[in-house]
Amino acid sequence: MRRLPLYLMLSIAALMVLFPLLVMLSTSLKPLDEINHGSLFALPQDPTLAAWTKAWGGACISGTCRGLSVWFANSFAIVLPALFCSLALGALTGYALSLRTARWVDMLFAALLIGLFIPPQVTLYPMIVLVREMGLFGTLGGLVFAHTVWGLAFVTLLFRNFFLSVPRDLLKAARIDGAGFLATFWHVMLPLSLPVCAVALVLQFTYIWNDFILGLTFAGPGQQPVTVALNVLAGSQFGQQEYNVNMAATMIAALPTILVYLLSGRLFVRGIAAGAVKG
Amino acid sequence: MKPSHRAPTLALLPAGLITFVCFYLFIAWTFAISLTSSQLLPSWDFVGLLQYERLFASARWWTAMGNMALYGILFITGCLAVGYLLAILIDRGVRAEGVYRTIFMLPLSMSFVVTGIIWQWMLNPGLGIQQAVRGLGWEEFAFNWLVRADRSIYTVVLAGIWQQSGLCMALFLAGLRGVDPNIWKAAKVDGIPIWRVYASIITPMLRPVFFTAAILLFSLVVKSFDLVVALTGGGPGFSSDLPARFVMEHILNRQELGLGAAGACMMLATIAAVVGPYLYAEIRQKKGG
Repeated sequence: MRRLPLYLMLSIAALMVLFPLLVMLSTSLKPLDEINHGSLFALPQDPTLAAWTKAWGGACISGTCRGLSVWFANSFAIVLPALFCSLALGALTGYALSLRTARWVDMLFAALLIGLFIPPQVTLYPMIVLVREMGLFGTLGGLVFAHTVWGLAFVTLLFRNFFLSVPRDLLKAARIDGAGFLATFWHVMLPLSLPVCAVALVLQFTYIWNDFILGLTFAGPGQQPVTVALNVLAGSQFGQQEYNVNMAATMIAALPTILVYLLSGRLFVRGIAAGAVKG
Repeated sequence: MKPSHRAPTLALLPAGLITFVCFYLFIAWTFAISLTSSQLLPSWDFVGLLQYERLFASARWWTAMGNMALYGILFITGCLAVGYLLAILIDRGVRAEGVYRTIFMLPLSMSFVVTGIIWQWMLNPGLGIQQAVRGLGWEEFAFNWLVRADRSIYTVVLAGIWQQSGLCMALFLAGLRGVDPNIWKAAKVDGIPIWRVYASIITPMLRPVFFTAAILLFSLVVKSFDLVVALTGGGPGFSSDLPARFVMEHILNRQELGLGAAGACMMLATIAAVVGPYLYAEIRQKKGG
């Protein structure tokens, strides 16, 4: 039983991490009356899904009372093309960088890497100007472009480091067989990189879904992602708040990335480690 | 150029263009704007360092910078300490290790907005933890940091540590797993207590991991925007304001583009002062090795 303290400490830590989530779940299942007159710690006396139904389909956000579902759909409409664009560009760039054909290629990589540290607030306004000049401000295309730009450094880093680890002989063999740059990329490198693609997919999905600042800035009215809508719904500290609806809405907004995290298992950890430990 | 280099060069064109324009040209643009009197829209009426003078004369800016320093120190220390402790506990060889790891990293998958709203609900003095503990019979209990101007920034620290400790745990765990098992065997033979091995041998060995984690957390601190918006809204008043929020508000809502740009440049300078030496050392090390 020498290990008991170990398990005790781990369990307490786990409980502390889970506690806010359990409170959120329990609050979302209570009627408003029970919240106002009961304890935060108390379990719902008589659990009801009414708050969930309202959060999904009836809550009023920015003047439309169709619930979070509208914004939830917006988030998917943003995430899917943004994922495709940022992965496609990142994979191609990562491959081209990994060939290291000239000195400036490595310099470009370093320049790109430094970009990971630039706070978005520094380049946000000129980006607005650029997107406006392109005629894309307030459109889905503009937001997707912004996500592609801001995700480029991270995705490229993942792919470049993976492609560098591919044996050079494989590239030579492909060239002898007559494959050019693009053919080698498409038929040899990309299939090899599927595990990295999965890591990039999981992490970029999480980042883009969880984004707030770009959605807030670049999305047109009514097209904002779920994070922005959630903040409008629950962020106000004034007025009569329906806390159960807020908590249900928060859970709905958090669910996709939590599911992706739980289902993807180690991919998430690998991506975070790869992003942290630069090559 | 060799013909075989033509295609890769062409493939790097979009990324090169984005890097040059959207990273570096934009930084130059923002810096140039910070030297002008721009308000709602960019104008090229140069006024020297006037915006910086205004920025440094603004009490709100210094509140935001002070908050960032306080938040940064407490958040980074807290995450490192909690993350390292959790990693050590897991690394002692426990059953169902995966379950613990998954739980500790769960908050990482959620957005800062979600984290902010959950904690705002729990810390709300009227119905949250304070009231619940009072309901248990401890009538005097006070935990009203969220509405106290001198405490609100600590709620951001609390929520931040809750969300990001898992990141440190993952990094430290990877580091601990890389430790040569022979060290443990040797320490056991010599009868050195476990805590001494961690304190005197393992921790110094993991110094690079501490650095990496701290740099990563630091860049999160400077960028911090969503969490404070969702949790405290910068309030009460401007008591929990952060530079990122100051800049966003002046650029987008207050029609003070020049002042906001000056703030943004100060943010970048803060990052460069810390991350610059780190990157430099990293690159030199790579060349040497």
